[in-house]
Amino acid sequence: MDDMMTKRISKGLLAGVAIATAIGGLATPAFAQRDPAYAAARSAGQVGEKMDGYLGIVGASTPELQRLVNDINIKRRAVYAERAKATNATLEEYALTAGCQAILATSPGEKYQAPSGSWETRTSAPPMRDSRCP
Amino acid sequence: MSAMTNGKLTDRARAATSLAMQGDCKARRFARMAVVALVPLGLAGCITVNAPEEPIVIELNVNIRQEVIYRLAEDAGNTIEENADIF
Repeated sequence: MDDMMTKRISKGLLAGVAIATAIGGLATPAFAQRDPAYAAARSAGQVGEKMDGYLGIVGASTPELQRLVNDINIKRRAVYAERAKATNATLEEYALTAGCQAILATSPGEKYQAPSGSWETRTSAPPMRDSRCP
Repeated sequence: MSAMTNGKLTDRARAATSLAMQGDCKARRFARMAVVALVPLGLAGCITVNAPEEPIVIELNVNIRQEVIYRLAEDAGNTIEENADIF
């Protein structure tokens, strides 16, 4: 009787987890779009990808830009922290790796930070990246 | 009796010719100061030995991190794709 109960409960739990996973998978958009303000600032070259894996303000800072960049960087940091834990790395290590990849993923016209620290405009040529980047 | 004692005393040790042997206070002080002056020199030697170690440590860190970056590259690439709204 006890065995039957446990089986029923665990079956119920399994089904619940399966349903939750299915709904969660559907609810989370796999490729969410950038916020329009962020997309605009990015293509205008007002913000760029830094080497450390975070977004930076390229030219003159405005409170609006600062808010936008802070908001994205806080979200990035949370993602980095989660993945760093999962991959047994430090936050800085994971963020730096993501920076390598994010700079590589920039489109022509977007800004990125070169190893010298200067802001560069991405062309069709490969970006100038840290020598440690894969 | 007294002459014999004096003779023994002068025979055993050399005649006190130098200032130090004469127990001159200035000479003793000078010797002490020389020893004290040498101590910082010894310490300075230790510091110069330690200095070259630092760049080696940094270089090791660079190597370790590059290995880590290579290990994390695929995961980080996926993370960027999955969080396209913030990248």
